Amino acid sequence: MKLAAEILSVIQGDPRADRAVPPSGFTAQLTLFTGGAMAFLAVFALALALATARLADRWSGELAQTSTVRISAPDAQMEVQTKAALRVLTSTPGVKTARALDPAEQRALLAPWFGPELPVETLPIPQLIEVFETGAGYDAEGLRLRLKAEAPGAVLDDHTRWRRPLVAAAGRLNLMALAAMALIAATMVAMITLAANSALSANAQVIRVLRLVGARDSYIARAFVRRFTLRALGGAAVGTALAMIAVSLLPDAEVAGGFLTGLGFSGAGWLAPLVVPVLAAFIAFWSTRLAAMKALKGIT
Amino acid sequence: MIELHDVSYRYGAEDLLSNITLKLAAGSFHFLTGPSGAGKTTLLKLCYMELMATSGQVTIFGRPADRIGRDGVAQVRRRVGVVHQDCAFLDHLPLLENVALPLTVSGQSTEANMQELRDLLAWVGLSGRTGALPPQLSGGERQRAALARAVVMSPDVILADEPTGNLDWEMSLRLLTLLIELNRMGKTILIATHDLNLIRQTKAQIAARVLRIKDRRLQLAGADL
Ligand SMILES: Nc1ncnc2c1ncn2[C@@H]1O[C@H](COP(=O)(O)OP(=O)(O)O)[C@@H](O)[C@H]1O
Ligand SMILES: [Mg+2]
Repeated sequence: MKLAAEILSVIQGDPRADRAVPPSGFTAQLTLFTGGAMAFLAVFALALALATARLADRWSGELAQTSTVRISAPDAQMEVQTKAALRVLTSTPGVKTARALDPAEQRALLAPWFGPELPVETLPIPQLIEVFETGAGYDAEGLRLRLKAEAPGAVLDDHTRWRRPLVAAAGRLNLMALAAMALIAATMVAMITLAANSALSANAQVIRVLRLVGARDSYIARAFVRRFTLRALGGAAVGTALAMIAVSLLPDAEVAGGFLTGLGFSGAGWLAPLVVPVLAAFIAFWSTRLAAMKALKGIT
Repeated sequence: MIELHDVSYRYGAEDLLSNITLKLAAGSFHFLTGPSGAGKTTLLKLCYMELMATSGQVTIFGRPADRIGRDGVAQVRRRVGVVHQDCAFLDHLPLLENVALPLTVSGQSTEANMQELRDLLAWVGLSGRTGALPPQLSGGERQRAALARAVVMSPDVILADEPTGNLDWEMSLRLLTLLIELNRMGKTILIATHDLNLIRQTKAQIAARVLRIKDRRLQLAGADL
């Protein structure tokens, strides 16, 4: 409540308090520039974070935890090899269940291509075994070797497994994007604190006079906080706008069949960068406030 | 109003002021004399809390100084008008805004008090200089402006640090008249000065006590003053 009132008074401002602290050119420009540059970078980091999250999500969704074993063998051996393969599979760590498809299911799978009347039993089509993995998955190479020994006609088809490292990479990239945003915020804290301290020490004499005539710390701090907050907000608004334009001009990567996802924002994601200037203002508010309160402690 | 009890103050290794006991009663008029470097300014700073006593007790408006927080100090300074030796103006603001500064920082509007401000500036003879920046003023003008700023909040106590240091005799008398006028209105006044003529002139008009800092201690000056 008190903070809300304070934020409001920062925005409204007191023109006389503003005049009491003389304008300081270089810290003003530094804050404006910092706000702009950091916001620009933050928007890209945000785009990367959202895109990698989207990517990891999509890929892991496609990573059904299933694979198939296909057994092609002469009729006489089919049953033996199927049983042997099932034995190998059920004793493999990482395999949850393994189940041979019955003729009706195989027919349903082939129906789109050959029609529903296909006499599956009389055709030399392979027997399929459906394998469900546990979350951790199995060791595909080891399984292949064991299948080769026990059921030479068995072929392990783990079509989606190769995407696993990609999902991990997308997750890692997402973490890095989040870390980049945290670093950008921390850098902004450092820069604004530096600029605020410089303005505060340049105005030490002004602050002393204000204290001598009966100004409270909060009154003096507000004059500085207001400036830095508004400058950071202004700079960040420009930086954000430029970055959003830049992101919207990025080439569309959807052409790769939706496999690679574009770095851009999508749909409501375009609203996400709008928090960047607000965050920048928030950071400037607190950094300056803390710097001012600390500097004021040294002035009676 | 302001009391010092057995107060000492040191900047470095040695006491500048030792065992000072002083009581500024409401409505009293005091002079503080002593050679340059004796510690007059330091003693005044103890009275409005720019400095805190190294030992002993300073009491301001009935409250021990060491128990007045930072906002409390601001509050005290609104009730104690000070004419600083260096005037302590904001050089980038015109005179009128400098004089109005205590109003501004306490959240009062300059516009609402404009007539009062103009009267005040006329009272110290600066009506024509309201738009000038402090560095453009003469020493005497600055000191009169400093007095105007010291009284703009109608303080109970006025502390003036060599307020006539830059004034010729005629101007000194005018400023003294202003201070005596304030005292007659009930204000408590303490003036640091080594202008003995000024002290004699005052004693001819009102009952003023003269204190002197000598060898780090405060003593009542003799009847020769
Ligand atoms: N901030 C300070 N640090 C160290 N010494 C100081 C400081 N301020 C004043 N002094 C010393 O204290 C002594 C008294 O100063 P001051 O109170 O200004 O005397 P006065 O006003 O009587 O001329 C001087 O010798 C001065 O050099
Ligand atoms: Mg002095």
